[in-house]
This record gives sequence, structure tokens and C-alpha cells, in this order.
Amino acid sequence: MAVEEHDPVSGHKTTGHEWNGIKELDTAVPMGVLIFIVVTHLWAFVWWILMPTWPLITTYTKGILNTDQRKIVEQDLMTAQAGRATWMKAIETGSFEEIQANENLMKVVRTTGHQLFGDNCAACHGVDGRGRANYPDLTDDDWLWGGGPEKIAETMQLGINSRHQNTRVAQMPAFGRDAMLDRTQIANVATYVHSLSNPAASTAQNVAQIQAGREVFLTTCAACHGEDGKGKREVGAPNLTDQFWVYGGDLQTLINSIHGGRQGHMPTWDERLTPAEIKILALYVNSLGVEKP
Amino acid sequence: MVQQLTSGERQNALVILLCVFVTGVIMAAAGGSDPLGVHGVIVLLFSAGLGALVSRSFYEPQPDPQRLSQYYDDPIKVGIALTLAWGIFGMFMGVWTAAQLAWPDLAFDAGWSSFGRLRPTHTTGVIFGFGGNALIATSFHVVQRTSRARLAGQVSPWFVLLGYNLFCILAVTGYFMGVTQSKEYAEPEWYADLWLVVVWVTFFVLYLRTLARRKEPHIYVANWYFMAFIVVVAILHIVNNLAIPVSFSQAKSYTIWAAVQDAMVQWWYGHNAVAFFLTAGFLGMLYYYLPVRAQRPIFSYRLSILSFWGITFFYMWAGSHHLHYTALPHWVQNLGMTFSVMLLVPSWASAGNALLTLNGAWHKVRDDATLRFIMVAVVFYGLSTFEGSFMAIRPVNALSHYTDWTVGHVHAGALGWVAFITFGSIYTLVPSLWKRERMYSSALVEVHFWLAVTGTLIYVFAMWNSGIIQGLMWRTYTEEGTLAYSFLDSLVAMYPYYIARAFGGLLFLLGAIVAAFNIWMTVRAVPVAAARQADVPDSGLAPGAAATPAE
Repeated sequence: MAVEEHDPVSGHKTTGHEWNGIKELDTAVPMGVLIFIVVTHLWAFVWWILMPTWPLITTYTKGILNTDQRKIVEQDLMTAQAGRATWMKAIETGSFEEIQANENLMKVVRTTGHQLFGDNCAACHGVDGRGRANYPDLTDDDWLWGGGPEKIAETMQLGINSRHQNTRVAQMPAFGRDAMLDRTQIANVATYVHSLSNPAASTAQNVAQIQAGREVFLTTCAACHGEDGKGKREVGAPNLTDQFWVYGGDLQTLINSIHGGRQGHMPTWDERLTPAEIKILALYVNSLGVEKP
Repeated sequence: MVQQLTSGERQNALVILLCVFVTGVIMAAAGGSDPLGVHGVIVLLFSAGLGALVSRSFYEPQPDPQRLSQYYDDPIKVGIALTLAWGIFGMFMGVWTAAQLAWPDLAFDAGWSSFGRLRPTHTTGVIFGFGGNALIATSFHVVQRTSRARLAGQVSPWFVLLGYNLFCILAVTGYFMGVTQSKEYAEPEWYADLWLVVVWVTFFVLYLRTLARRKEPHIYVANWYFMAFIVVVAILHIVNNLAIPVSFSQAKSYTIWAAVQDAMVQWWYGHNAVAFFLTAGFLGMLYYYLPVRAQRPIFSYRLSILSFWGITFFYMWAGSHHLHYTALPHWVQNLGMTFSVMLLVPSWASAGNALLTLNGAWHKVRDDATLRFIMVAVVFYGLSTFEGSFMAIRPVNALSHYTDWTVGHVHAGALGWVAFITFGSIYTLVPSLWKRERMYSSALVEVHFWLAVTGTLIYVFAMWNSGIIQGLMWRTYTEEGTLAYSFLDSLVAMYPYYIARAFGGLLFLLGAIVAAFNIWMTVRAVPVAAARQADVPDSGLAPGAAATPAE
């Protein structure tokens, strides 16, 4: 173990120790490393002088810039609010017709509405508002509780079967599970309802069944869905004669709906969104249908 | 394995296993149908299985007394096997969770396979299962070779290794059942945490006693790092996991820390887990397997000292940078940020020291995929430590925080640094440990290297891109002063990157499977090399002659 051993490649001296064949060179710390240590430490030191950094017993060094993240956030929020104040006030105070007539405000509705819809509504109704199985399409012309910005805003405020004290309430009973109709009756009425939206489903073979189903419909279903099956918006009962279905209009799904009942849920947005935001969203959702080709 | 123990040691092993078994029975009885009860059953089955293994060989002949003058390699071999098994499990869970982010239906509507439960099985599987076993195995190897001393216990190395794996099993099975403390990287509940304390203190004592028996005058750098790893992880683990169980028959507990103090303790833990588990421990690996494989002396002992103390000192202060722009007071954030920046130079000094060590061996880097694994690990270590200090700067963090950039950063470190240095070390270690001439197939090492490099680059670039896009989308305002994008818009934008990320991870997983096959075949099919037999503490040769040259 020669103390003055040199590495042939670098020419540097070794430390003279060896572990399992491993040696170490006694190379000096490169100047670059020392310079960068000084630079990073100087930078830190300057930061400590400028900004709140070091704890003292009961307080901390405030730094000569005397700044604090809470103050900065508060200021930023106030500036942002002031920037939005002009159009926000116009939307808060204006009627839906006034806002719709104002192209500048409708531009706000489109941009802001897109983001509000994405963060609040899209989880159920889809990014494009087209809904999916069990969640209504908001871009078509079919509305359970009525279309138009006023009605949409009201639905958002109250929710459907929600926690709101004046919530919209709608329930389709479980006719089969709760033994209000037997299996034959359900099969018959489902076949009848199926034929309402799908005339091709009515054939010579099932005309008697459809007739029997119609009897059941008039005594059991017509109270909500109307004798013509076109639904009642006051109670959120859907039109059964069109092509728009929340849960599905095929025969098996109809049987399932009649057997197990349905009770959709839409939360109330009264607490989460401001009145102006609800207005913006109502106009935005309304425009989804209108602008559809 | 058991044959290497004397009958007294076999008795001790059985007594320990009996204690564990009884604990398992008590847990099962007290816990009943609570997850604690299920874990009791797992504990008793685990100890019963090992008990059967010991009993089966209980009356076999005594080991050769000569064993004490040789290195104790059996626990290391099992540790390597466990490393690979956990690596493949953890990486598979990673690919699965990554795929779930692109295709959520891959949760199959079950509770146990939901993203929230699978994600910790991935992180625990790779960090503690793969990384932890690799660290225990290599630390046992390095401390013996650099001290020229056999491990200071016959049963305790097994206790450390297998006890640690019992902890990992409890952790991962718990996640599937929904057991979690909700602390990232510290999810296991109180009973698993207590068990790990016992295991870890044993590890610490074993390591110290082995160092005390060393026949070298000085303690080699790798051991400094392994010691730092063991000591600091013990401190972190105990402080962060202080908790009060709801009852002794239930898995659930509540931490004693509250509110922002809880957050600070958690990220002091979390950041230093990165520092002392994923950095210090693996630097210990680097400091041994790099010079052995490159057959070059360490570039600078002085730089080693500077970076060791720089890293151990500065890392401790930096945890608050995980809580920028939160309820944590501004001054704590600033303190963590400045220390994170000062940490950069010592970190880079380690990387520089390693790369300069390769001077004179760069032709080997070109030809030898194993050494290339180690070299690339160093490059990614330098990259991610720079990135870490950069992201700790508050205005940068304002963009990067909560985005995939963080995920990309972590994987640059975890794949590029931790896994690369581990595989480089294992490829160096396996032929030497099993005394084989060489790896079964150097072509397969090459295949693994390129799969791993490609996978890492795809992963990291996908996450850098998606992270920065996310960060920008979240802060883009319209002329009207409202946010331009909804959160969902940013998710839609992430979709192609999530697919790319899952693909990159898949390549990395395939590489690990190739490695496991290659190592299996090395042990099974490559002939024993006579030259390797000289690897003993007192070979009678001059110090250094026993070194295992790289093939």
C-alpha cells in the first residue's frame, strides 16, 4: 500500500486506502464546484434578506420587501374581481332577454359558460352536453322540466330530488317490484309504450297485447304521462312518444323502468354557484340546443 | 439456507417465528373480520410457512465451522430474488394504474382494483419492495466486502430481510382492502409501522456491528451512505407514523399531528424518504458497483466528503417545498426553497464525481451494457436533482405543482436513477455472488438496457409535455378575466400522453422481465468460475487481490 501511488490515467495521487480493490483519488475539489456553492449560497442569502424566511422565538424575519403570500393572494383576487366587475354586474342585473340581445355579454356567456359547464355539469352531462345513458342530453329539444333559460336556471337552482327545500320532485314508482302490476301487465304496457315511439313495433301479432297494454296505461300511467303519453312538464314526466330517452326506449329497458321505477337526481347548484354563474350556465345550456344544426 | 445455521441458531429462528406466529394469532382473534384480522392470518401463515422450512431441516447436519470465515451471501441471494419479484409486481401495477388513467374501465368496477387502491400498491411495490430489497441485499454485500468481515449475525440478516418483506406484504395487501393512513409513501397502518421499527432497528444494529468487525482501517464511502439511509429512515418513519389506533382490534388509526403541522411532518418525511431511501441508499450502491465495474478509482475522495455532508445536511431542510402556495406559512416555504437550491451543488458533486470516475473507462461504457446502466443512472441522477431544485423555486412550482410534471420528475428519478443503478448493480453482483463466469446472456442485458432507456424517455417526455400543458391550461385566463379551460378540458388534452406513458412503462416492465429471466438462467445454466472462489474475507492474499473484476 504505497502512500504515494498515482493513478496512471489522471496522474492524480490516491488516498492510499483500498477496499475490495476500490481505490480513491485525492483529487482537489474542482474550482467550478466551489464557485457554484458560493453562488447558490449568495442567492439564498439575498433571498433571506428580501423575504420572510427564518423563524425567531415568537415570530419570523419579515424580509425587507415586507411581503406575504396571503397579502399577494388577496390583492390578486381583488384585481381579478375588479376586472370582471363590468360584465358581471350587467349579467347579474339584466334579464335573460337583455343579455341575449347583447352580443358582448353573450361572448362572455360562451367563454365562461364553457369552463363553468366543464367543471360543474360535464361529469354527468358530458363535455359537449350530449349526456349519456341515464343522464339527459341537453342539446336536444326535449326538456323534462321545460327549456328556455328561465326554466333551466330554475332547475339548476332547485335541483331534482335534491336537498333544496323547494326541490323539483319526480318519481316513477316501481310498478313491478312493489307489486302494483303483474308480469303480464308490465309486458303489455311496455309493448304499448314501445309502439308509441316506434310504430314499426306494432304488428298484426301483437295488436291484442298492445290493446291490453293501452288499458293498463290509461289507468296506471296516464296520470303523469298524459292519456296521449306526451308527458307533463309540471311533474317532470317525460314524453313517451318521441325519440328522446334518458334511460333508453328499447323494449327491455322500458320493462326495467316500469318494473323498478326511476328517480333521477340532479343536485341543487344554489350554494355552489353564484346567481350570475347560474344565469351564465342557463344561457349557455340553452344555446347548446339552439346552436345545434 | 437453514443448513448454514447451527442447531442453536435454528432454535432461535424457531423461537422468533413462534413469537411472530402468536402475534398473528392474537391479531386474527382480536381483529375478527376487520382488516387487522385478515392481516393476523397473513402474519401467522407467513411465520408458519417459514417455521415449516426451518423445521424440515432442523435435524440436518451442523454447518461447517469454516462458514464464519467466509462472507454470508445466502440472505443476499434471496434478497436479489425478492428484489426482482417485487420489481415485476410493482412495475406491473404501475402499468395497470397508468392504463387506468387512459382507460378508466380497467378498474372493472371493483373496489380493490380502483385507482386509489392500486396506486399505493405500485408505489410501495417499487419503492419499498423493489428498492428496499435491493438496498438491503446490496448493503449486506457491500458492507462485507468493504469491511472484509462477515455479517455480524447468522439469524438477524434473515430477520431483517424476511421481516422487511412481511412489512411490504402487509402494506400491499392492506391497500387492496382499503387500509391506509392517507399519508403518501407512509400508507401502512400502525401495526405494520411498529413491526417495521423492530425490523429496522435490527438492521441498524446488524450494520453497525458488522462495521465494528471490519478489518479495514477506514470506513468506505458507500457505507457512509448506507448508514445515513438506515439511520434517517428510522427517524423519519417513527416521527411521521406516530398515531393512535382507534382500538387495538382495528386497523384504523389517527395521526397525532394536526392540520398544517401534519402536512409539514408528512412532507419532511416524504422529501427525506426521497433523499435517504431513494438517494443516499442508492448512492451507496453507486459508490461500490461503479468503481468495481469500471475498474477505476473514485475520482475524488474530497468531493465524496463534500457531497455526502452537503446532501445529508441540506436535504433535511427542503421538505417544505412540497407545500408551496398552501396554508403553510410563507417563511417556511422560503426556507425550504433556498435550501433546495443550495442542495443542488452537493447533489451534482456526487454525479460529477461518478462521471469523472469513468474517465479512462469510457470505452467500457460503450461496450458493456451493465456499466452503461450505471452511467445512465448517474446522468438521470444529475438531471432529476437539477429538476428537483428548479421545481422547488416557488414561481416554477406555481406552474409545475399538482401537474404531471411532478410525476415525470419522480419517474426520471425512479426509473432513470433508482432502477438503472439497481439493475447495473445486480448485473455486476449476480455473477460474483453465485460465482459464475458471467451473465447468461450479455445480449439480453443489452436488450434490457435499450428497453429501459426507451421506456424511460417515452415516459418522462410524455409527462413533461402533459404536465406543462396542464399547468398552462389551468392558469390561462380569457379576456373577460375568467379561466379559459375547465379541468375536464385539461384531462382531454392529457389523453394521448397517458397512453404514451402507459406504453413507456410497459417497455420498462418488459425490460425487468428480461432481466429476471437472464438472472434466473445465470444461476441455473452458467458454469461456476474458479476465479470467483477467491471472494472471501481472509483469502490469505494481499488486500485487493480478492476483488471481483468485471468481465
